[in-house]
Order: sequence, then structure tokens, then C-alpha cells
Amino acid sequence: MALTGAVALPLLAALLCWIPPFRRAAWGISVACLGSAFVLSLVVAAEVIANSRVIGISRWLEADGLSALVLVLVSFVTALAAVFARDYMRHDEEQSHRIWWFYCDSNLFAFALIITPALADPNLVWVGVELITLFAILLVAFEQTANALEAAWKYSMLTMIGAPISLLGFLVLFWAYRSAGATSPETWTSLASHAAAMPPALLKLAFLLVFVGFGAKVGLAPMHTWLPDAHSQAPSPACAVLSGVKTSVPLYAILRLLGIVLGSPTVGLGRWMTVIGLLSVAVAAFLLLQVREYKRMFAYSTVEHMGIILTGAGLATHSSDFGAVSQMLNHSITKSLCFYVAGTVLVTLDTREIKSIRGLLRVSPFMGGALLLCALAIAGAPPFPIFLSEYSILSAGLRDGHIWTVAILSALIVLAFIGILLQVNRMAFGRAEQPLVRVTVPNSCRIAIVAACVPVVVLGIYIPGPLHSLLVLAAQQLGGH
Amino acid sequence: MAAQMSAPEALNTLSAGLVLISAFAMVATRQVQGVVRFFVVQSALLAASCFLLGFAQHSLHLYALGAITIIAKVVAIPWVLKRVLARALYVRREIDQVFNIPSSLLLALLLAIMAVLLVSPLMSMTPDPVIRINLPIGLAGVLIGAFSLMARREAVPQLIGILAMENGAFFAGIAIAAELPLIAELTVAFNVILIAVIVGLVAKNIQERIGTTEAGALTRLREEPMSWR
Repeated sequence: MALTGAVALPLLAALLCWIPPFRRAAWGISVACLGSAFVLSLVVAAEVIANSRVIGISRWLEADGLSALVLVLVSFVTALAAVFARDYMRHDEEQSHRIWWFYCDSNLFAFALIITPALADPNLVWVGVELITLFAILLVAFEQTANALEAAWKYSMLTMIGAPISLLGFLVLFWAYRSAGATSPETWTSLASHAAAMPPALLKLAFLLVFVGFGAKVGLAPMHTWLPDAHSQAPSPACAVLSGVKTSVPLYAILRLLGIVLGSPTVGLGRWMTVIGLLSVAVAAFLLLQVREYKRMFAYSTVEHMGIILTGAGLATHSSDFGAVSQMLNHSITKSLCFYVAGTVLVTLDTREIKSIRGLLRVSPFMGGALLLCALAIAGAPPFPIFLSEYSILSAGLRDGHIWTVAILSALIVLAFIGILLQVNRMAFGRAEQPLVRVTVPNSCRIAIVAACVPVVVLGIYIPGPLHSLLVLAAQQLGGH
Repeated sequence: MAAQMSAPEALNTLSAGLVLISAFAMVATRQVQGVVRFFVVQSALLAASCFLLGFAQHSLHLYALGAITIIAKVVAIPWVLKRVLARALYVRREIDQVFNIPSSLLLALLLAIMAVLLVSPLMSMTPDPVIRINLPIGLAGVLIGAFSLMARREAVPQLIGILAMENGAFFAGIAIAAELPLIAELTVAFNVILIAVIVGLVAKNIQERIGTTEAGALTRLREEPMSWR
């Protein structure tokens, strides 16, 4: 019941925002509905921890550990982004008559993001991921500037090219499922139970096609080029959702399928995942050194973290899988914080360039402090949660004897750390060329930043028991041994 | 070769050949409207294959899929594109291409051969003659669509490239995943229409704001080395 409710609420919100008399109240409706969806997804997570499985509508909406984790993340980030949006969106006078449309599309986007991890039929997961992409295109294009439209176009072409490829992958998967003699309707659960009987060649082909198609949407190198454009041009509340959870949802589908593939006697795929993951981390780490805009910087950092999660899953041990799902959690909460801060800086100082922002701590101690905190957290400094999950992936790799993987990964993480901190250091401490006036931070931005800081600070020190069990349940779906 | 084909299956083979030819035709056409026309032809052939295989396998399901294909791709999408896009855009001639037409066709041919080679290891696993025809041709359709998407620099042909890729995936799908639940196919078809609408809208906005739909001219967002101070 809670699961169905969590899925239905954003759709209801989108509908209400679209009806003219309610348009003026679009913000309130969005926050109320997405906030309730977050509460309901916490209920779902609690039920999953108790029974390891929740069924909303049998064979259509089901949740296990991995789905519940993604569900909680998505609903948390979308709800907080809606809170953040209030004062941010008011800033742009030119768009004021279209703000209802922003909320309507954001709610549709949230709906697609929330329903996708809860869908039981893999073919519908494909539809869900495509819907996510489509609503994201509209969000990226929202401001209708030349830059935003260019970013939306590149984004749609580069990610849509993956759509038919992954569709073919899911069709081959269905073929493999039927070849295994299965007659029941195809769901993730029934796929996993027939994995051993499926022809390995078909399963491998299906995985590769889905991986190529969805990998483009995750932003894995070499298909990452759209990501900084799209994630820097969209309105900042949308960026937080795009970078924080939108990339994680196609990755969720890849990881789920990887778990099934690793459950069959196929070998060698894990190693390939590690290679592609490392490649993404490397590309992002080097680009982080020469980035000029701070929103693009955080976008590249998303490519880095997606690579780290994939590497962790590719190592395919119990502890590296645990590290990978924790990294997914930590990345989502930290990256959305980064974009709230970046959005606040953009809306108050009205520049996207790193070099025009100096001495932010003096301009606004709140923003400067928040920027330093989120940069340290996203770069993986202790005692922040990303440090813990990166450490657990690295130590899992060492224990399993992947010395080169661990060496390369840790070198690249350090490089990315240096890249991010060098830029942020100048923004926070540097000396301004002209004296900057002190600015005040809009209220809704301040509230969202403070609220987003809470999990980022707390989870680095203390992981609550229920969350730990949820992560363990989620890691089990990744098929490590 | 393989098992004996029934008459509808033999006709499906003919349709498969024509699907491949229409994929080549889309690569060879220089006019936006022509590309759309060949896409409609290809979609109609896909629907014809659905009906033929539905008849051969007594599958209501494939009939339904054929009907969906006609409604979505033969009727709705060309109509939507015409409605959404300005006439100036729609009848535009002389699309900019990265390669000239003979070399494009040669590359498309290479992709078709590659598709056959890629799936040949799977052919030993199935005696079904329909899969042996539809899978390589469907994959070739996907690859050629991807190629035309990358080689074209104009918005509408790029969009059609994506939709042609979907046609290829479906052409393989009706052979390998014929019993796919109808709800999945319905939502996929709906999704395809949505792609056309949304991407078409973005193209329209680009046309209005930037004044060109040459995607090759969109080069403002780039990473340049930062000057270190």
C-alpha cells in the first residue's frame, strides 16, 4: 500500500500543478506530495527490512532491498529539491509565468524516478528509464536560453541513441528467459531464479546491449560528454535531482542485471565492469583539473562516482558490493547537497565561472562554509560518508587480491580530490579583484542546504542499524560471492 | 538450410529485405521529407511483418503489435512532426552530412555485414528460420540508424535515426520475443510517440531561438583548458 502510494503521489502532484486554478500553489503541492512520498518510501524500506520484500501490486510493483534503497534516495532528493526550488525559481523574472510548468515537469520526473526501481517487469523498467530521460530533457531545456537548448539537444541525442540498443537488450533477455524453459511472466525475481538455466551467450549479449544503452544514460566514459552540459544548464533544483539520483537509477538497472548475470556460470564480465568503471573515474579525474564552471565541476564528479560504484560492483565480492551500494547512497545525498550550494551561489552571485568567485567566505560565511563542507564531502575527505564507502570498496579489492585495481582507483580518487579542492579553495578563500558586497541567502535555499547537510554529516560518524540492514539487503542483489 | 518456411514466413523474409533497403535509403536521402517518408515505409514493413508472423503463429498478440506500429509510427509520428515543426524545417533540402553519400552507403553496408557476423554465434542455438532472418536484419537496422544519427547534422533526420533504430530493435523483437506482454509493447509504443513529441519540441525551440537546426552548429558548450593563475 505504501509502495503504491509513494508511486502515485508525484503523479497526483503533476496533475494538480497542471490544472490552472492550482498553478499558483504548485510549490506547496509539490512539497506536500513529494514529502509524503518520502515518508511512504521510508515505510516501504522499514517493511523491506522486516520482510525482505514488499509487494505493492503483485507482478507490477514490488520492492526488495536494492529497490527500497533507491526508492528512499530518489524520494529524499526530489522532495528536498522541491523545497529548494521555491526561492531559486522566483529569482528568474523572465520565467515567472512558466514556473507551474517547471513544478509539473519536476513532479513527472520524480514520478518516473520513483516508479522505475519499484517496477517488477524488466521491460517496463526500460520504459521507466526512457520516461526519466524524456522528462529530464524538458527540465534541461526549461530556461530556453541558447545554452540550455544546446545542452538539451546533445543530451537527448547522446542518451536516446542508447534507448533502442537497450530495448534490443531487454528483448534478448526475454528470449533468454523463455529459452530457459520459463513460462511464468518475466519479473526480476523470476529472472534471477532461472539465471542458471539461461543460455550464457544470450544472457551475455542481453547484458552488453543493456549496459551500452543504459551506460550512456549513467554517463559512463566514453559516453559522458552530455553530462556536464545537461547537469550544468538545467535549473539548479533539477540539477540536484539529475546529478544526485537520475544517474543512479539506470545504474540501478545495470547493477540488478549484473547480479543476475553473475548468478549464471558466465565469467569475465565483472572484470570488464571494473575496467569501464576505472576509465570513467580516470576521464572525470583529469577533466576535473581543467574545469571552468563550478556546476560542471560537480557534474564531472558525478561521472567519477558512477565509475567508482561500477568498479565496486565489478569486483563482485560481498564487501565490495556493500561498498558499492553505500557509495550510491552517499553519492546521492552528498551530490544533491553540492548542487543546492552551487545553485545558491549561482542565484546570489549570478556567475557560473569559478574564476569570478573569490573570497566566498567573506561574501557569505554561510555559503562559503557550505561550499567547503560539500566539496570536502564529495571529494571523499574523512569523516564524511563517501570516505567510508570508498574505503570499503578499496579494502574489499585488496582483500580479494586486486592490487592494480585498488592502486589505480585510489590514485585517481586522490587526483579528483586535488582537482575539486584546488578549485573550491580559490572560490572560498581567494582574494577578490573587486570588493564583493555581502549577500543574503534566500530562505528556502538555506533550509534545503541545512537539511541536506544533516545526513551528510551524520552518516559519516554513525550509520543507524536499520540503514545498515537495508544496505546489506541491497548488496545481496548485486550477486557478489 | 534450416527448417521449411511457410508462405507467410517467406513473405516475412521479403519484408526483411525491404526493411534493410529502406534503412539504406534513409542514409542515402538528402532531403528531410524524404527521410521521413522512408521511415514511414520502414514502419509499414515492420507492421506487415507483424501481421505475417501473427498469421503464421496464430498470435493475436502480433496482430495487436502490428496495429500499434501502424497507429504510432505510420500515422501519429509523421503527423506530430508536421504539426510541431515549422514548414521551413520540414521541407528543407540538402542535409549536411559528415560523409558524402557513396561513402555513407559503403559504411552502412559494412555495418550490415558486421551485424550478421555479430549474431552468427547465436544462430547455432535456434532452428527457427524467422529468428535467423529477423535478428541480423534488426540489428543491422539498429546499427545503421545509429550511424545515420551520428553522420547527420540536422535535427529532424537525427530524430528519425533514433526512431529507425527502434524499428530495428522491434524487427528483431517480433522474432525473438514474440510473447512479450502487451502492456510492455503498448507503453513502448507510447514512449516512442513521446520521444517524437519532446525531441521535436526541443528542435522547434532551437529553430526559434538559435535560428538553425544544424546540430553541427551547436558548439557553445565546450571544455577549454583553464588558464592557471
